[in-house]
Amino acid sequence: MLRAEPAVLSDDELLDRYQRAAFDYFLETVNPENGLVADTSRPSSPASIAVVGFALSCYPIGVERGWMTREAAVKLTLAALRFFWGSPQGNGDDVTGHKGFYYHFLDMRTGLRVWRCELSMVDTALLIAGMLVAGAYFGGDNDEEVEIRQLSEALYRRVDWRWAQGSTPTLRQGWKPKSGFLHYGWEGYNEATVLYVLSMASPDSPTSDDSYEAWTATYQWENIYGYDVLYGGPLFMHQFSHAWIDFAGIRDAFMREKNSDYFENSRRSTYLHRDYAQHNPYSFDGYGENLWGLSAGDGPGGFRTSVERQRRRFSGYAARGAPFGPDDGTIAPWSYPASLPFAPDICLAALRHLGDRYPEVIDKFRLPSGFNPTLANRRKFGRHGWVSEGHYGLDQGIVVMMIENHRSRLIWKLMRSNQHIRRGLSKAGFSGGWLSQPASPAPGGRDVA
Amino acid sequence: MSRERTKAAVFPVDRNDIELIKNAHPPHWKNPEPDGTYNLVVIGAGPAGLTAARDAAGLGAKVALIERNLIGGACINVGCIPSKSIIRTARLYADMRDAESFGGDTPEHLDVDFQRAMRRMRQIRQRISRADSAATIASEGIDLYFGEARFAGPDAIVVAGKTLRFKKALIATGARASLPAIPGLAEAGYLSNETVFNLTACPPRLLVIGGGPLGCEAAQAFCLLGAKVILAQRDPMFLPGEERDAAQILSDALAREGVEVRLNTEVVAVRTEGGKKLADLLRDDDTTTISVDEIITGIGRSPNVDGLDLENAGVAYNANGIKIDDYLRTTNPLIYAAGDVCLDYKFTHTAEATARIVVQNALFFRRKKLSELVVPWCTYTDPEIAHVGLYPADARQNGIPVKTYTVLMHDVARAVMDGEEEGFVKIHVREGSDRILGATVVASHAGEMINAVSLAIKSGMGLHALADVIHPFPTQAQGIKMAGDAYRRTRFTSFWRQLSARWLAWSRR
Repeated sequence: MLRAEPAVLSDDELLDRYQRAAFDYFLETVNPENGLVADTSRPSSPASIAVVGFALSCYPIGVERGWMTREAAVKLTLAALRFFWGSPQGNGDDVTGHKGFYYHFLDMRTGLRVWRCELSMVDTALLIAGMLVAGAYFGGDNDEEVEIRQLSEALYRRVDWRWAQGSTPTLRQGWKPKSGFLHYGWEGYNEATVLYVLSMASPDSPTSDDSYEAWTATYQWENIYGYDVLYGGPLFMHQFSHAWIDFAGIRDAFMREKNSDYFENSRRSTYLHRDYAQHNPYSFDGYGENLWGLSAGDGPGGFRTSVERQRRRFSGYAARGAPFGPDDGTIAPWSYPASLPFAPDICLAALRHLGDRYPEVIDKFRLPSGFNPTLANRRKFGRHGWVSEGHYGLDQGIVVMMIENHRSRLIWKLMRSNQHIRRGLSKAGFSGGWLSQPASPAPGGRDVA
Repeated sequence: MSRERTKAAVFPVDRNDIELIKNAHPPHWKNPEPDGTYNLVVIGAGPAGLTAARDAAGLGAKVALIERNLIGGACINVGCIPSKSIIRTARLYADMRDAESFGGDTPEHLDVDFQRAMRRMRQIRQRISRADSAATIASEGIDLYFGEARFAGPDAIVVAGKTLRFKKALIATGARASLPAIPGLAEAGYLSNETVFNLTACPPRLLVIGGGPLGCEAAQAFCLLGAKVILAQRDPMFLPGEERDAAQILSDALAREGVEVRLNTEVVAVRTEGGKKLADLLRDDDTTTISVDEIITGIGRSPNVDGLDLENAGVAYNANGIKIDDYLRTTNPLIYAAGDVCLDYKFTHTAEATARIVVQNALFFRRKKLSELVVPWCTYTDPEIAHVGLYPADARQNGIPVKTYTVLMHDVARAVMDGEEEGFVKIHVREGSDRILGATVVASHAGEMINAVSLAIKSGMGLHALADVIHPFPTQAQGIKMAGDAYRRTRFTSFWRQLSARWLAWSRR
């Protein structure tokens, strides 16, 4: 249950509570020995490399907010960087990664691959982005902070991005030891911009210059519900790369052609999700002006049932999207803080509505991966419907980062000063806005590249 | 080989089939005697061959038409007509199960009468084939020959011991299902479009290989008819080449109806054990084995070129079919090809359209081009997925800036009334103009709706003008007009709004 009555809190106080609650996830689930962070708070959860990337990005926020000491942040950051630097790499079994990339899920203790999961390109990129945040923030002259900068740089530089293109211009989604590259690539706009930016900027093994253009060739610019948007169904696609990179005012060739930018696109996409919920074509419970937000996340499970004389199919963990679906009535409430910088008014209104109308889904200001009010009093579910058990690290990480970007722009400022990010953006064809100004010294740190 | 190892009966299955054969390949047909040189000899009496023969004969040409099997080709006998007839019955059962959503009562026990569904299909097939009976064709002044045709030279064809000399010839022999290179599949037995319509009982468990149009249609139809269906697709989405959102909606629809969807999955081996077929499915590094009663393959079509002695006529071909130029001429300038035997787009309507081009180009020295055709197509799942023209990715790769106007079917009033609100209309225009480049429609009746866009593209009508076309209300095709309305709204720029407001303010004085 909520600790304080949210209605009496100011907007900033409310956001502070949500941000702090999300931040604490990392301190609760990190293995201090190796810096690995659990994918979820559920028992026996393995680590997710992307969640570690979020954790590394959140520690500087924790320091700035006074939620942890700089020393503690340095310690956890170094533990992770040292672990990855020393972890076994190779194309065989019992390794952590290969070619500088890492397997998506790792054993929390040993750090070795689990679940026969894939070597993940985009999750590695999120991990590396977190490392670069650490390198940019910890600018002190003491040995530990120097080591953080050296390791983050070295770990970035050893990723063999060109290898991950396979025989195509676009980056592959994953790789497995027996079957090689997963044959599914990226199509259409999604969360992978930061992957392309990092891969093109690599000093040692960059992707070919045509990689970004090949990816954006599959973009689709649509007028939907009156909004001109570069479509991406689930909201996380409009949030993840934006957690690290401030896309406001900078444009690539595609956005120059469309006279827009990716920040504005995320804003419109957020409104589009709200409009979709107001349309509520499939009559899901609760959908409306202040309950919206479909994204990748946990779900009630794979089953079919009849609700109010309508046959419905529900899913477990899935990427849900609007307006083309899939949609089973499951809302990802962390979407509100995660889209806060783009559309603060409607996100804050939705966050307050959530606290007022569905307080039971919020655990001490920490948001679940998903909940489904349509299932209230159905099957084994209680009067609140289905609520995801525990919490997911990705959700908590994006909440911490986007609330911070909304409040102080800390991560954006750090990354604006990073030469790798600037170079990658330039190689991808971005120009204008803050890119046309010289890099300013990183807050709390120094530029290492 | 596959037929004996499956539960499919041998064609003809029933009296309808026997009647069909009487019309489409009369047992005691007597071939005519060739009487001089033909203006046009057509090999293959499928949609392309029939169209060409009739058009040419109608224009006064002396025409011969050769068929080795059944008149009508794959479309009537083992293609569109039987499959869409079965899909109709499958949709009926889907509606019955979903009766509550439509304000009715869902029957407590819903027993699918598979045999009745198949009998209906055979009746329809027989009825439609009557229009193209051998006797009808002969009565239209076409010399109809049954038998295997082969080229005896660059201007002669031999059929059933008779030599037919021609000024021009058309090869319209179509294509057939090709056997996927899966070890053990042929030995275990499988169904293709050529045998699946001979089934007399619905297989309890069914593996469908391939998530292209045929595979998706078959998987959905058999699922709705009561089979437990697993659909294995090598690619990460169904209908490769279609728009991502269309494939996504189809994937959701299939899963919702109970099809077990296995994407990124390849069938690597098949074997039999205890009367069941065991299939090994490989996804990334992991192999799982499933047990099914029947396997349907929906992948791969091979052109029918064997036995034609094309070398004698100097007609070049490869595994993809007969080589043609943009005028549908083969490497022998006297010989043309049309339909599945030479086209990437293997549809009945493209077969007919190309046949018309051949008649014009071959007999009247016209210069009509294949590349100028506006070709729509449709996958007859529920919802249907129809497309015409360019995809946005095609346009962008050609440096054409493209913008899509999207209307959700849940905003189309009639679709809501009909309980058919899944899907969308997407019309792609050249950015900064209303020139329509292409469209994709996902809707219960997308195949009907796409025609308005095809007409607009063919006639050079822009999206702005399409908004002016009055559509009866309420119809689902209004979704097309609504895309035009959406375009028009974007034209109301702030400048025009200001100007208009000033004018209106002035006119109030």
